[in-house]
Amino acid sequence: MNTTLPPTTGPQPEAPRAAPRPAFTHDWRRIARMGSVAAFGQVFIALSNMPVRLDERLIVKPVLSLGYLVLLILPFAAGYRQGHQIKRENMPVCAPGPNEVVGGFLCGLITGGGLSLLAVLVTHFDLREPLVNWSPVLLDLLSFSNEMWFAVVIWLAIGAGMGAAGGVLRLLGPKSHRVVVTMALAVAGAAVLESLVVDVAEGLGLEPLTDRLYAPRGGVAWPSALGLAAVSGLLAVLGRGRFRQARVRHAQMEGAQRTRANLGLIIATAAVLIVLPLFAGKLTNELLANVGLFVLLALGLNVVVGLAGILDLGYVAFFAVGSYTAAVLTAATSPKIAPEMPWLVALIVVVIITGLVGLFIGAPVIRMRGDYLAIVTLGFGEIIRLLFLSDWLSGWFGGSQGITKIPGAGIFGITEVSGTDPRRVFYLVLAFCVVAIYISWRLERSRLGRAWMAVREDETVAEAMGINTVNVKLLAFVVGAVLGSFSGAIFAAKVGSVFPASFLILVSIVILVVVIFGGMGNIIGVIAGSAVLIGVLGGPKQPGLLAEFSEFKLLIYGALLIWMMLARPEGLIPSVRRTRELRQQEMAQDAWLRGQVDDDDAGGADGPRPAVQP
Amino acid sequence: MSEAQPEPASASDDSEARSDIPLLEMRSVNTHYGAVHALIDVDLSIFKGELVCLLGGNASGKSTTLKTLLGMLKPTSGEVVLDGEVVNDKPTSYRVARGVTMVPENRRLFKRLTVRENLDLGAYLRTDSDQIAADMERVFELFPRVKERLNQKAGTLSGGEQQMVAIGRALMSNPRVLLMDEPSMGLAPALVQQNFELIEQIHQAGMTVFMVEQNANMALSIADRGWVLQTGRVVLDDTAENLLAHPDLQASYLGTADQ
Repeated sequence: MNTTLPPTTGPQPEAPRAAPRPAFTHDWRRIARMGSVAAFGQVFIALSNMPVRLDERLIVKPVLSLGYLVLLILPFAAGYRQGHQIKRENMPVCAPGPNEVVGGFLCGLITGGGLSLLAVLVTHFDLREPLVNWSPVLLDLLSFSNEMWFAVVIWLAIGAGMGAAGGVLRLLGPKSHRVVVTMALAVAGAAVLESLVVDVAEGLGLEPLTDRLYAPRGGVAWPSALGLAAVSGLLAVLGRGRFRQARVRHAQMEGAQRTRANLGLIIATAAVLIVLPLFAGKLTNELLANVGLFVLLALGLNVVVGLAGILDLGYVAFFAVGSYTAAVLTAATSPKIAPEMPWLVALIVVVIITGLVGLFIGAPVIRMRGDYLAIVTLGFGEIIRLLFLSDWLSGWFGGSQGITKIPGAGIFGITEVSGTDPRRVFYLVLAFCVVAIYISWRLERSRLGRAWMAVREDETVAEAMGINTVNVKLLAFVVGAVLGSFSGAIFAAKVGSVFPASFLILVSIVILVVVIFGGMGNIIGVIAGSAVLIGVLGGPKQPGLLAEFSEFKLLIYGALLIWMMLARPEGLIPSVRRTRELRQQEMAQDAWLRGQVDDDDAGGADGPRPAVQP
Repeated sequence: MSEAQPEPASASDDSEARSDIPLLEMRSVNTHYGAVHALIDVDLSIFKGELVCLLGGNASGKSTTLKTLLGMLKPTSGEVVLDGEVVNDKPTSYRVARGVTMVPENRRLFKRLTVRENLDLGAYLRTDSDQIAADMERVFELFPRVKERLNQKAGTLSGGEQQMVAIGRALMSNPRVLLMDEPSMGLAPALVQQNFELIEQIHQAGMTVFMVEQNANMALSIADRGWVLQTGRVVLDDTAENLLAHPDLQASYLGTADQ
C-alpha cells in the first residue's frame, strides 16, 4: 500500500546489501498475522456485499471490475507488505529473492483461505438473519457459479497467485518498480476519472480519443488499457523519475527559491482552475463546485480544530444557519419575512448573524475542555437542526418543508449564479475559497494564530502568558462560523432550497474527516483532503467520481482514517511543521540510540551535543 | 511593563535595593479552591531585587499561592497588591502586562511550537517590537544554546534546554517579578543544581524572583528570605539562614530532603 507514496526526505544512503534470505526461512508468525488480517478483510468485504455492488463499475472492460479489484488487492497488498524489511542502522538489508515470493505466496494462500472457508460455511449454515448477504447469491459470486469446492480451490489459488505477485513486485529493481507502479496508476486513474475525462474531452472536441479509450458502457476498453499501460510505461522509462526528483528538490528548497517555486505552483494551479471549467461540462463543474464548498467548510473547521484545538463536532450548525439566513433573506417564498434582498447584501447579514450565533453557542461551550466540549458541540449541532425542523419555528423556516425557490446569487447585477449553471457556481465558490485561504493563511501567521496554537498546546500556560483564553477561543469559534456561513450562503443559492435534512450530523463528521484526512492545521492538506474524499468518494449527499461507492462511503472513510492513523498520522499532506517535528524526534532518537545520551540529563553539564538540528 | 529592567548594580546589595513598598504583596489572603480552604490568612511581601522562596510539602497551598498571585484564582478575602495597587479583580493578562510572570512547573513549553514561537508567545502582550528584539537578544546572551535551537520544536529539546526556554519565555514578557513554580521538579539532580544556578544568575542580573519549592535545602541555599507553608498557613517567616537552622524545619524537611 505504501508503494505509491514518495518519501518525504531526500535520497537516503544505500544500506549495505546482504545475500538474499533462504526461500523457506520465514517469520511464520508475521505471515500468519498479515495473511489472516487480509483474510478477515476479504470476508468482511464479501459480507458487506461490496463486490456485487461494485461489479457494475468496470475498471478494464471486460476483465476487471471495481468489485473484484477490492477483493484482489488485499492478498496482493499482504503479499507485498510481508516482504518489507525494516531498515536498521548498521544492519544489512537482504537483497530480495525467492524468500519474498514464497512468503507472498503463503501470505496470499492464508488470505484466500478466508473466502474459501466462507464458501464452505455458507453452504452448510444459514446465517441470513444477522448477515443479510449470507445467501446462495454470495456463494454464486464466490464460486463463479460453480460448485462449492470450486470456490474453495479458486480462492486459494487466486489468493496465492496475487500474494506471490506481490512478492514478485519486491524483486523488481527501483527502475522497473517505478514503471510498473506508473502503469498501474495510469490505468486505475483513467478508470476512476472516466466521467471527468469524458466531460473535459467533449469540451475540447476530443471525443474520438475518449471513444476509443473507454468502452461504450463504462470502463477502459482492454486494448486501450494495454495501450495506456504501454504509453505510461514508456513515459516512466523516459522520465527516469524526474517527477520524484523534482518533489525532493522542492522539499529541500529554502528561502526565496522556495517562495518562487511555490508562487509558480500557485499560478499554474490557478490557471488550470480558471481555464478548465470553460471547457468542462456540467458534471465536472458540479463536482468542482461541491469540492469547493467542502474546502470552504473544512477551512473554517480547520481554524477551530486545527489551530485552536477545539474539537467541534457540531460544525454543521454554522453551515445550516448560513444557508437558512441566506434563504430567508433572498427567497420570495420565505414564510415569515421575505425582504428579497440581493444575495451580496444578504451575505453581509449572513456573516453578522452567523458570527453572533457562533458567539452564542461558543460562550457556554468553550468553558469546557476536551471530551466534554466535543459532546456539547455535538449537541448544539443537533439542536440547531431540530430548531429549523420544529413546529415552533416552522412559521419562520417552514419546518420539514424547508424554504424552496431560493433565487440564485446575483453578483452586482452582472451575472446570476444558480444551480442550473454549475460553471458559475464553481467560479463563485473558487472566489470565496481564495478569500478563505488568504484569511486562514494570514491568521495562521498572525499574533492571534500564535495565541490559538498556544491555547491548543497548553491552555493554562497560555493563560499565564497573559493570553485571554476565553476571548481567543471565542474568536476561533466566530471565525470558523463565518467561514462556514460563506459555504452555507452559496449552498442555498446553488441548490435553490434548504431543508433541515440537508444539515445532518453526518455533514459535521464528514467535514471533520476531511480535515483530519488532509492534515490538521494545514491549508493545502485540507484542500487535498476534500478533493480526494468529496471529489472521488462523494460528500454526504453529493455523488463523487466513484458514485458506486456512495453506499460504502462511511465504511471507506473509516478504513481510510484507520490506515491514516497507522501509516501517516500527520495527514495526507503533512504540514512542514509536522514533518519537521517528526523528523526531529527520529533524529533525536537516533542520537540517543548511538549512545550520545543527553548530557544534561545524564549528569555532565557541557558534554558533546547530539546532532538534533533539522 | 514600561519600567526599565532593574540595573544589575541595584541588586548587588539586597538591603539597599529593598524599598518600603513591596513589589508584590499578599495581605491576609484567603483562597478557596472549590470548597477547600486552600490559603488561610496568608501574608507575603516580595520586595524589588529579592530572591525569596515559599517552602511547603504536597497540598500545602504552594500552587494556589502562585495562582492567586497571578490572578488565575480569586481570593475570597484579603488583598493581592501589585506595586501598591490592589489587583484582586484584575485578570491575569493585566498582571502579566504589569510585570508578573510565571515559569510553570515542569517547564510546560508549547511542545509542538518552535523555540522561537515559544519566546514570541512570552512577549504576547507587548507591542514594542524593537524592545522585544532586544530582549530576545538578551535571552540569547543568557542562554546561547537557546539560539542554536531557535527553529526546533520545543518538545524535542533536552530537559535542561527546555528549562532555559521556559525561563527565556518568561523573561520575554519583560517581567519585574518572576514566579517560579517548583524549578527542581522532574529534573535529574545534576540538572537541579544547574537550574538553581540559572535562577541565581538571573537574580544577579537584577531580577526579583519568587520561587515555590519542596526542595528546602536547595532553595534556601540561594534565597534571601523564605516562608514555610503548611496546610494553607504560613507557619514560618524568616531569613534563609535562620530557616536553615530552624529545628522544626530541620525535622520536617531537611531530614527527608533529597540532598
